[in-house]
Amino acid sequence: MKLEITVLAIIALFAALFIYQSSTGVHEWAGADDQSEKVISELTGGTYEPWSRPVWEPPSGEIESLLFALQAAIGSLIIGYFLGYYRGAMRKKGAPMEGEGEARSDA
Amino acid sequence: MHIMEGFLPHPWWEIWFALSLPVLAWGVYKMNKMVKENREILPLLAVSGAFVFVLSSLKMPSVTGSCSHPTGTGMGAILFGPWITAVLSAIVLIYQALFLAHGGLTTLGANIFSMGIAGPLIGYLIFKLANRSGRNMYLCVFLAAMFADWTTYVVTSMQLALAFPAASGGIAASFQAFMAVFAITQVPLAVVEGAVTALMFKYIVQLRGDVLVRLKVANDSTIKLLREASS
Repeated sequence: MKLEITVLAIIALFAALFIYQSSTGVHEWAGADDQSEKVISELTGGTYEPWSRPVWEPPSGEIESLLFALQAAIGSLIIGYFLGYYRGAMRKKGAPMEGEGEARSDA
Repeated sequence: MHIMEGFLPHPWWEIWFALSLPVLAWGVYKMNKMVKENREILPLLAVSGAFVFVLSSLKMPSVTGSCSHPTGTGMGAILFGPWITAVLSAIVLIYQALFLAHGGLTTLGANIFSMGIAGPLIGYLIFKLANRSGRNMYLCVFLAAMFADWTTYVVTSMQLALAFPAASGGIAASFQAFMAVFAITQVPLAVVEGAVTALMFKYIVQLRGDVLVRLKVANDSTIKLLREASS
């Protein structure tokens, strides 16, 4: 449990940092990728034109976030499936593991 | 960290492809061989790939007032080494280039190099070194994943600096400008990524410590110790 608590604390700290920052100033929260585009145009004096365009662009921000969410969903599904499968397989074998206590009491 | 479509001029996009493609081919070869020899690793391979999928979809706010995303490559690098992780990253990068206009096909070589090769390679080396010194394994995982993430963005800054040297100050000056955008934004994200990867690693130790032994990530006695410590 020690590791879980440490990780939670780090995430909480990260969230606190964000809350503090967004309450103290006005930020765009733009993507770093877009910002690098600005740096490029500063460095080249605005002369650089990208020489190719994306093959397809999500037609709106909603559709873009749909596809990002889909990416995360596919990933989490795979992780959850296999870890759950292993957990179940292990419990069946009767190997001792964390969280096993509750499982035995309802068996 | 993805360099956007069309934003790497000739000859840089070709150079990064030339560097990335052989590594990618070697990674595909290694991956096939590994899976053929040992089918049991397949689920963990899928989990590592999925981990890259999840983490690289999360755009998180950072101290610079802008957003960036973690890479998730540390896990694959620790379990399977940097070559195979290059393949996992390439899959994600192609998905994002095709469906999200995030990154691009012409900059794919450069993006595979930073996210799939340079980051995982550093992460892998740090894990091996830290682990040899006998430190807590989760701490080693944390450090490896954190630096894999951060290195990726440093390399991206370098790639852009090489392609766009400043009129005064040259490559060094533009490297600084790109580092200010990418590397500083990335520091808190890299810390979070390191922590989450360490936690994920803990669950893998608990569930498939035997595969970790077979992959030579850890030895039997270490796994036993880690399991006892957590139960």
